[in-house]
Amino acid sequence: MSEPISALAGKNAEGFARVSEAGLQGMITLRGNLASAALAAAVKAATGCALPGNRGIHTKAGKAAAWMSPDELLLLVPYGEAEATAAALEAALAGEHALAANVSDARALFRVSGAKADQVAMKLCPVDFARLPQGEIRRTRAAQVAAALWRSAPDEISLVCFRSVAGYVFDLLAISARTGSELAPA
Amino acid sequence: MLTLTCPCCGVAAEETELAPGGEAHLKRFGPGASDEDFEGYLFARKNPKGVHFERWRHAMGCGKWFLAARCTATLEVFGTYKAQSPEPPPEIIAAIKARRPDWKGYS
Repeated sequence: MSEPISALAGKNAEGFARVSEAGLQGMITLRGNLASAALAAAVKAATGCALPGNRGIHTKAGKAAAWMSPDELLLLVPYGEAEATAAALEAALAGEHALAANVSDARALFRVSGAKADQVAMKLCPVDFARLPQGEIRRTRAAQVAAALWRSAPDEISLVCFRSVAGYVFDLLAISARTGSELAPA
Repeated sequence: MLTLTCPCCGVAAEETELAPGGEAHLKRFGPGASDEDFEGYLFARKNPKGVHFERWRHAMGCGKWFLAARCTATLEVFGTYKAQSPEPPPEIIAAIKARRPDWKGYS
């Protein structure tokens, strides 16, 4: 068995905000009918979170359930549990029109932290950050690639992208966070 | 800059997050149709100056298709609605009529 390794092995950059690749993160894509009670129960069993509403993300004890589209959820679990959780979801949803896939190794997770973390993302995404509350996930683009981001803590933004563009996204974030490039110096 | 509100996820997405899909409410002519009908289905587009109905996909967001009514001359958006609509819903028609009293209506 080969040793799992995240896209950039925890690379960091310091500027007016701190950018870091978050390392290994278990991620499961769950597609199906979000109105189904069996699916809600399976999500509860897998993450401990209630089914999130439109654009919502629920977090509980290091796990999370995020709303990605009207028929898709992203479940965040510890890396080591992803395979077993995906299998448990498949079993719980047998007979339902649903799909659970472990996509942990196909994605990269970044965290931008600091009081001005918003400004880093603001330069890259067409999102009104003043109207992005905690508990909401926003799928958008970061410069040229698709990304999803949410406020994981008061001064922290988490951003998920495809692993194949992890190097590109890290450079984007690191350059946006360079000291002296703050949007509104105060 | 065009800002459309995706009816599937509720995000007010600006143009660069969306992918255009051309004219909406086309009637498909497939096998068995006359050559004229098929040619019209493939190539004949209204291309109006004014009120227009379009398909858009929230490509960088929730990934879903939806329909939008907007003015091609001013970029004014009258509303967005579900892709599963065979024709513009009454509230969209009413919104257009309110802003464009001389509009001839959807046909």
